[in-house]
Amino acid sequence: MAKLPLEGIRVTDLTVIWAGPYAAMFLADWGAEVIRVESCQHFPMYTRGLWMKPPEVFIKDRVGYAAHKKPGHDPNTAHNTFLLFNAHARNKLSMTVNLRTPKGIDIFKRLIKVSDVFIESNSPRIKEHLGITWEDLKEVNPRLIYLSLPGFGGSGPYKYYRALGAHQEGFGGHTYMRGYVDEEPTATSTIYHTDEAGGINAAFAIVMALYQRQKTGKGQYIDMAQVEASIPHLAQAVMDYTMNRRITERMGNRDFHGAVQGCYRCRDVKGKWVPGGMGMPPMEIVDTWVNITISNDQEWQGFCRALGNPDWTKDEKFSDSLSRYKNHDGLDKLIGEWTREHDAYEVMHLLQKEGVPAGPVLDEKDAYGDLHLRARGFFEELTHADCGTHLYPGLAWRMSQTPNQLRLPPVRLGEHNEYVYKEILKVSDEEYAELEKEEHIGTEFA
Amino acid sequence: MAEQALSDVKVLDLTWYISGPYCTKLLADYGADVIKVERPGEGDPARKMGPFLKDDPHPEKSGLFLHLNTNKRGITLNLKGEWGKTILKELVKDVDILVESFRPGVMASLGLDYETQERINPKLVMTSISNFGQTGPYREFKASDLIIYGMGGSMNTSGLPEREPTKKAGTAVLFSAGNVGALATMMALYAAKTQGIGQHVDVSLFEAQMCSIDRRMSDLIGYAYNNEITPREDPRALIAYPFGIQPASDGYWELSGIGAAWPAVGKMMGMPEVIDDPRWKNIFAQMKPGHREEFFAIFIPWCFEHTKKECIELGQEAGVLCGPLLNMEELLDAPHFRERGFWAEIDHPMTGKLTYPGAPIKAEEMPWVIRRPAPLLGQHNEEIYCDRLGYSRQDLIKLKEAGVI
Repeated sequence: MAKLPLEGIRVTDLTVIWAGPYAAMFLADWGAEVIRVESCQHFPMYTRGLWMKPPEVFIKDRVGYAAHKKPGHDPNTAHNTFLLFNAHARNKLSMTVNLRTPKGIDIFKRLIKVSDVFIESNSPRIKEHLGITWEDLKEVNPRLIYLSLPGFGGSGPYKYYRALGAHQEGFGGHTYMRGYVDEEPTATSTIYHTDEAGGINAAFAIVMALYQRQKTGKGQYIDMAQVEASIPHLAQAVMDYTMNRRITERMGNRDFHGAVQGCYRCRDVKGKWVPGGMGMPPMEIVDTWVNITISNDQEWQGFCRALGNPDWTKDEKFSDSLSRYKNHDGLDKLIGEWTREHDAYEVMHLLQKEGVPAGPVLDEKDAYGDLHLRARGFFEELTHADCGTHLYPGLAWRMSQTPNQLRLPPVRLGEHNEYVYKEILKVSDEEYAELEKEEHIGTEFA
Repeated sequence: MAEQALSDVKVLDLTWYISGPYCTKLLADYGADVIKVERPGEGDPARKMGPFLKDDPHPEKSGLFLHLNTNKRGITLNLKGEWGKTILKELVKDVDILVESFRPGVMASLGLDYETQERINPKLVMTSISNFGQTGPYREFKASDLIIYGMGGSMNTSGLPEREPTKKAGTAVLFSAGNVGALATMMALYAAKTQGIGQHVDVSLFEAQMCSIDRRMSDLIGYAYNNEITPREDPRALIAYPFGIQPASDGYWELSGIGAAWPAVGKMMGMPEVIDDPRWKNIFAQMKPGHREEFFAIFIPWCFEHTKKECIELGQEAGVLCGPLLNMEELLDAPHFRERGFWAEIDHPMTGKLTYPGAPIKAEEMPWVIRRPAPLLGQHNEEIYCDRLGYSRQDLIKLKEAGVI
């Protein structure tokens, strides 16, 4: 029976917020023993909440990625119910140690000694301040793979700049090119693509370094910048500038490569409520949307067939790709009139049957109900001590010889202290009691 | 310089467009010997996608194609004929990895499904990258960057509440999926190295986005926990401020000055008096009617007095999380990425030297190296067919005449 690819690999994980933890998630999902090192003395804002021990009034009206689980809210365990954290924390272990003490650093180094990988995503100041740079740790473990994933990397004028993914997007050129063409840039939503790109690339780098270590027997230092991991994803715009000195401007939902495409409103639905609060009334979401892309004549003909060849589709203005692109606004209006009469999934099926790329904009409820994801068993059930039993998004890909599933629920602060200290670090019961007394070991922030 | 991490890895690349080629580019740039197989005549459709050098739509001058195919050797092969299939089977014999991005079922119809390949090469890692995965009711559906983001990603929460949801720029979602493909392939390669097993890796663009950390996973779990759907919000009307994109004298910049960062905002503005002003000192005060307008009546003029660079420098110095909205010209000029040597100068026979995006990962012991630019169509036919597979120069002519290469 084949083992998961990374079974037997131990990762010491000092990552924060999203990009670093996302990299560690991939390693944990595919078999590595990922140990999050956390400190009860340091509440990591954004990583485990916006506030330490938030009262119910702080959290009850917040919706979206920076919210907590609301039913049964308990301020003392709120760090275990934060959505931003619980998204990536499955399959990981957590230990606590006060890294601001020499003893804490000593414990940390003992863990490094028996680890294969160390990953961190803090401002470079932190590792310098704590004395846990590559220079410090390679002495402890020369086989260690040490990956740093700050926003801007370990050198250069922005080295110490502090920025969330949202601001890194701006540095990397992404935000400038996003959003509605006919609105002020201040109306553009915040996204976090650098977290996604940084996390995926960091995990890729680590597995590649493990592969190389099989050949050389040596560890190494990997210097990453979340922004640099994401810039190659914008290649068309970069190359248009370097080849033609053309600055790519906002395009809304239109296609860089000249296909006709857009996001069109479908028939309204009822019954999706967002709670109000903070001076806002509750809101009912009724609008639904479908995306359609028509790249060539064949797809255009399929589109016309799906609509029953109405007269307007025969207009000369839409007869070939170039004229369709030139008359994009007019075409959008006509497509939108048709989609408005239909359900988003219905549009997908009508168009896909004729070979036209189309798909609904799925909100969270739609995604959980989606028949394709259900057929593939994408969502998986996990039971979490503070959150209960729920379906979670599953694995990002499948492998035939190493079938896999989610194993552990999002990790609670200090949940594996006993295992890490006693079984990995071989700490005695007496010593363990002392570490508890010294508040290295704990399950709450203080 | 240290040896590249994947210098001992051989890859056969049957991918086209964006996601698949980005996956194999990552492997190639870190040392793998990647042979890219293209259709005779037209080649990879990405050759027809812009931007083009000097807007000349020549198949060897697509900036997209050039970027996606660095370090690969290129051959042409018609997979539809028997001869082509036979040659492909010869090529699979001694590779470690095969990556393909056809519609599911196409490989099987060519007689090249995983089960067949596995018999030829039991340690083969075969990665299939497709819109919706190899199984399930949508497996043959078509898609685009926009459609994958709308279904898989957090498009539903991007944009204004009263308007249509908005996408990311360019085709970032397709690149991201290719990146996931490279990670999945690397996992399988590691398992092949340590356990001696080959396997079939099924990468679905849809599911890769469903697993995106860019809000989607958190929002999904939020629905599971709280039965709530995340709405689109107007970033200018959020309860806490200042947050989001702001104007400057020469463009725009973005900041997060909410909650604990509030004192830093006052420091950044050089106005310590705003920090303790009872109108804004906490979120409950900020929420009171009129207070927002009163704050922005001070803040916006301050922004207009500074360039975005000045806003960022003052903000960073004060400890405010912030960044400028750089356009491509400003990004290419930014001293940070230049000093780090991020940009790569790559020479190519048809375009000359051009600047490309460089290494996503920097490691002295695991260097990112440009050994060759993207291949011309069929550039390495002779090298691969004659030197590697042992065909003669005359055979090559016959293959060409028969439309096989």
